[in-house]
Amino acid sequence: MSVLILIDHADGHIKKASFEALTYGADIAQQNGMAAEALLLGTVTDDLATLGKYGVTKVHQAGNTAFNQLDVQVYLKAITEAVNATGATIIVLAHNQTGKALAPGISAALKAGLVAGAIALPDTSNGFVVKKAVFSGKAFANVNINTAIKVISLSPNSYKVTVGQGIATVQELNLTPLPASIKITAVDKVSGDVPLTEADIVVSAGRGLKGPENWGMVEELAKTLHAATACSRPVADSHWRPHHEHVGQTGVQIAPNLYIAIGISGAIQHLAGVNRSKTIVVINKDAEAPFFKAADYGIVGDAFEIVPKLTEEIKKMHNA
Amino acid sequence: MRILVCISKTPDTTSKIVFKDGNTKFDETGVQWIINPYDEWYALVKAIELKEKDPAATIHLITVGSADCEPIIRKALALGGDEAIRINSDSTDSYFIASQIAAIAQAGNYDIIFTGKETIDYNGSSIGGMVAALVNKPYISLAASFALNENTATIIREIEGGEETCELSLPAVISCQKGMAEQRIPNMRGIMAARTKPLKVVEPVAAEALTSIVSFELPVAKAGVKLVAADNVAELVRLLHEEAKAI
Repeated sequence: MSVLILIDHADGHIKKASFEALTYGADIAQQNGMAAEALLLGTVTDDLATLGKYGVTKVHQAGNTAFNQLDVQVYLKAITEAVNATGATIIVLAHNQTGKALAPGISAALKAGLVAGAIALPDTSNGFVVKKAVFSGKAFANVNINTAIKVISLSPNSYKVTVGQGIATVQELNLTPLPASIKITAVDKVSGDVPLTEADIVVSAGRGLKGPENWGMVEELAKTLHAATACSRPVADSHWRPHHEHVGQTGVQIAPNLYIAIGISGAIQHLAGVNRSKTIVVINKDAEAPFFKAADYGIVGDAFEIVPKLTEEIKKMHNA
Repeated sequence: MRILVCISKTPDTTSKIVFKDGNTKFDETGVQWIINPYDEWYALVKAIELKEKDPAATIHLITVGSADCEPIIRKALALGGDEAIRINSDSTDSYFIASQIAAIAQAGNYDIIFTGKETIDYNGSSIGGMVAALVNKPYISLAASFALNENTATIIREIEGGEETCELSLPAVISCQKGMAEQRIPNMRGIMAARTKPLKVVEPVAAEALTSIVSFELPVAKAGVKLVAADNVAELVRLLHEEAKAI
């Protein structure tokens, strides 16, 4: 009986969403008197023993470089074998792009109930009930997992990482990869930018900016705050910004610590994508914009005057 | 080429979400139903584009739902599906639904199974991945582009902070997102033709529900916005730093 946390990595490094998954998995293990162990398929340059500080006692590594690319069929066979070998009964992974590719397959292969996009620890007082966002952020559902083996993917930015003192033992797990089912021919990464779903701070802008040529001040504010940039749907649909920046019900749903919305009116579909943000700031010239009702702080005024001033004031604060 | 497109009925994106029976059921009163946008705009339209290039291709639609799904199935047929299968069940468990689709997929010998990347009601992003595992076929999630050359598909998928181009041999299961295709509007000829296209109703195969929804909650409303004067931006920075501790 153990909790097995699947570690996601790219370019030799463990992803931030996996540290959240590790802390979350270790807390579930503690809650249920179980051991917390991690599984890493492939190779990384990070020191795996240090994962102990997130609460896992053991890291199983199948260090075959074939696992360094995400091939769902190859991964599923390896994960199923690892679950059988370790006797894990709860499998935890991040609900990021990798987790979305893998979690449903793990669930089907093991016939284990899945909660995709969990946002809190399970409630085990009556069953095994996990809370997740539904209706694209307009509501939450408490979902019971009916099976003995359980799979949970954790929504990014939903669980606070805690760091302790532990050191994990690293154990080689001998898994033979299946022949690849896909061939990856090109990788195109936007370097230097903060991934939207993992960002602590997101600066977002809408039609109020009037045109793509006016995004400089948004990017400048984002840079000053080490924030990711985002946009509303009309902006993405007009190709002012790339579609992966579109947050909302039919775009990306995010839960940053701080969300700054500039020139976005706050349609119900947009709010659905951002209402789990901890603090929301709205800058809009229309005092009647519905977004103000969902905001913690607001300024009614001209974004073209306020945003550069905001960047300047934040720089002043940083230098103080 | 045989294409299976999975479609689901979801509340319109403008719907206000309300629950009933002690927050255990979604209140459908007054709700406008649509085809789940990812299924319609990307999965179905991509299938139609492939058929436009290869008129010999067939597009089958599948939905798991009760009879009230039929208007959205007819709309999908009007857009361009050839025939539809409705599995007569109102289950919301992803594994149960995926098992139904997998049973049809196995029997139908499809080259491509398209799903949307997720539904906008339960947001499980699960059906494609589960179907792929159940029928033991390659799975590409979050596809933003799909091109076919003979039996080889070239797909661009979203990964963290970027995109990856991959190639694979069909058959495969693909979940579709923005970029795949552009939304279309059914024309009158399509709407007329859809009335007579076959819509087969099939009873579900035995499958377990691995999860069950215990209750729903609505987000806690914000306490109220604190407005700062436009000429006092420094005060906003102070509040964000000292009060919200957000910067």
